[in-house]
This record gives sequence, C-alpha cells and structure tokens, in this order.
Amino acid sequence: MSRSDVLVTAEWAEEHLGQPGIVFVEVDEDVSAYDKGHLAGAVKLDWKAELQDPVRRDFVGREQFEELLSSKGISNDDTVVLYGGNNNWFAAYAYWYFKLYGHRDVRLLDGGRKKWELDSRPLTEEATQRPRTAYRASDQDTSIRAFRDEVLASIGQKNLVDVRSPDEFAGRLLAPAHLPQEQSQRGGHIPTAVNIPWAKAANEDGTFKSDDELRALYAGAGLDESKQTIAYCRIGERSSHTWFALHELLGHRDVQNYDGSWTEYGSLVGVPIEKGV
Amino acid sequence: MCGAPAQDAGLDQTLPASVDPAKETILQGRVVHTGERVAGAYVRLLDQSGDFTAEVVSSATGAFRFFAAPGRWTVRALSPVGTGERTVDAGVGFTEAQIELS
Repeated sequence: MSRSDVLVTAEWAEEHLGQPGIVFVEVDEDVSAYDKGHLAGAVKLDWKAELQDPVRRDFVGREQFEELLSSKGISNDDTVVLYGGNNNWFAAYAYWYFKLYGHRDVRLLDGGRKKWELDSRPLTEEATQRPRTAYRASDQDTSIRAFRDEVLASIGQKNLVDVRSPDEFAGRLLAPAHLPQEQSQRGGHIPTAVNIPWAKAANEDGTFKSDDELRALYAGAGLDESKQTIAYCRIGERSSHTWFALHELLGHRDVQNYDGSWTEYGSLVGVPIEKGV
Repeated sequence: MCGAPAQDAGLDQTLPASVDPAKETILQGRVVHTGERVAGAYVRLLDQSGDFTAEVVSSATGAFRFFAAPGRWTVRALSPVGTGERTVDAGVGFTEAQIELS
C-alpha cells in the first residue's frame, strides 16, 4: 500500500468531485460545520449521533452501520474520501471506523477542511442527495481496536503511545484546550506510555508530514517497531490520526487504537497512573 | 465528549452553563486584520515548548476561546489573509488577547 492509496491531495479531490464511484464524506467535531459549507456532493456523517450507540458507550453494531451507510448512499465498491475540521481528527476516526467494519477503499483528504479553506477552494451549502444503497459490512476487525484489559496487559510490554498534548500527558490538562477542563477522570497517563503528540505528525496546514519525517519522528521518540503498538488519546479520535500515520502511511503491521482512551482509563478504579513527564 | 462550546458566545459573557469560570483558565480574544474582525481563521494554542495544545476556528465575529491551565501560552492564527501570533501569561479566570494578522 502506498501513500496515494490512502491519502488524497486537495487538488486531486477538487478534480474528482462528483465523479461516480467516489463519495466524499465530511466528519467534524463541530457537527454544524458541514451545514455552513461543504465540498460539492459530500455527505455528512455525525460522529456522535450516528457512530455511537445511543445508550451504552460503544460503537453502533454491524447492522446499524450497514443501515447508516445504505441511508447515506454509500456502496461497498465506492471509494470513500473522508475529510473534516480539527486537522482531520474525526475524519481519521471515521477512517479507522470504516476499516473496522471492513470498507475496502477509504482515503483521507490530506489537510481536511483547513487545507481546503486555506487554499480558498469552493464550498457549497447545497444539500446532497444520494440514492439509497444496500451496504454490507464485515464483522469488526478487532485487530485494529484495543480494549481496556488488553491495554492494562500491555503496560511495559507493547508500545503504548499517548498522542495527547504534553500538558494532558503530564496531567496538567484533562482535555484539549478548546474544551472546558473540569472533567471527572484523573489526570496523567498510562505507565510506560511514550508521549508522541499527534500534532507532530502534521504540518501547520493540517497535512501529514512526509513518510521520512514520520519515520524519524516515531523512531526518535523511541517507538520499537518490532513490538505491537497501542495508541490512545482522550476519546480515540486523535489516536486515530496517529493510527493512520503508523498503520496506513508507514505500514506498521500491528497497531491498535484504544478508543476508550483516557476518558475510560482515567476513570477506572485501581489502575496505575503516572503523572509528570 | 461534546464539541467545543460556540466560539461566538461573545467573549467575557455567555459561557456554557456547565463551565465555572472560577475554576477555568480562559484565554480568549479576537482575530483582526487592518481593523476588521476575521472569521474562519485557524487559531491554535501552543504551550511553552511550542507544542500544539488545541485549535479552534474563529467565529463570525472573529472570536476564539481556549480553556487552558495557568501559565505562558502562545496563540497563533492562520488564515488566507495572513498569520499572526501573540504570547500571553494566563491565570485562572479570563485573559484577553487580540491577534493581529499581517
């Protein structure tokens, strides 16, 4: 797999808008962003209302995912190009989620909304209508999803990569600083985790750094490529960004995203926590 | 789990009801360019080492807001009309910072 199989440039995207077989999908933390302007023909996916179970904390099941994608007019054979705000955090999360349910051809728009807007490329408020499909999903591929017991068993064994900002890693902040800081979980990080903030994998315009830069980043931070890796953040969206860099761009084989992340781990009774750097 | 509170809440007023400003370090301001407020600028908060801590998009009135911790922070804005940055010392409560783009 090469970079161009999983990542498309804004230029490529603009040339391929409206092309049959390619569906652009916007996923944002700010779920109102799409309504204020989106790529022509793009559909909106609400990471919270549509990708989370409405009652318990988990993802929607396979059948609900099939219904969701069918209702959006996405076919199994479509190339899905995801993009969004926040440097593609939630688009990367959706990418990983689509892979979890076995979608074959998923790509990220490099730089997401930010790069698109900084380039002053066109956005539209026109609603997108796509005919309903009969989407079929696979069972979840849990080789890319880590759960809390695996994470606890991985302390000192696998690479644990905490991709939050240094202040969150140290326990000085409990959430990224665009969110209020009063939170119920304890501050700090999982013992033996290394802090490699997701932002170090991105340029200021939101695009990913080059493969060489990424390799140097993770090797320099002490990531042992011969070991399995689990990435985590606060709710699993920034760690999807790092999962994408490690698994999809660099081709590391065994990389999991711990979507429970700090909001789960930092609330568990009795687990070890480290603070400071 | 929720999205960022609306950025155009008007600075110094209407924080989300769940937020206690006596407990938060709130760093907020507007992005301006030649006297005009700039909407849609990407505003990022960098820590003392220059590491990314958060990013928001300025509101229709150019406003941005962060919930940080006491300390020194750099706010950097990026927009098609230019870039600008400012370093501020923030404590618990409100700290205001205007970012001029050039």
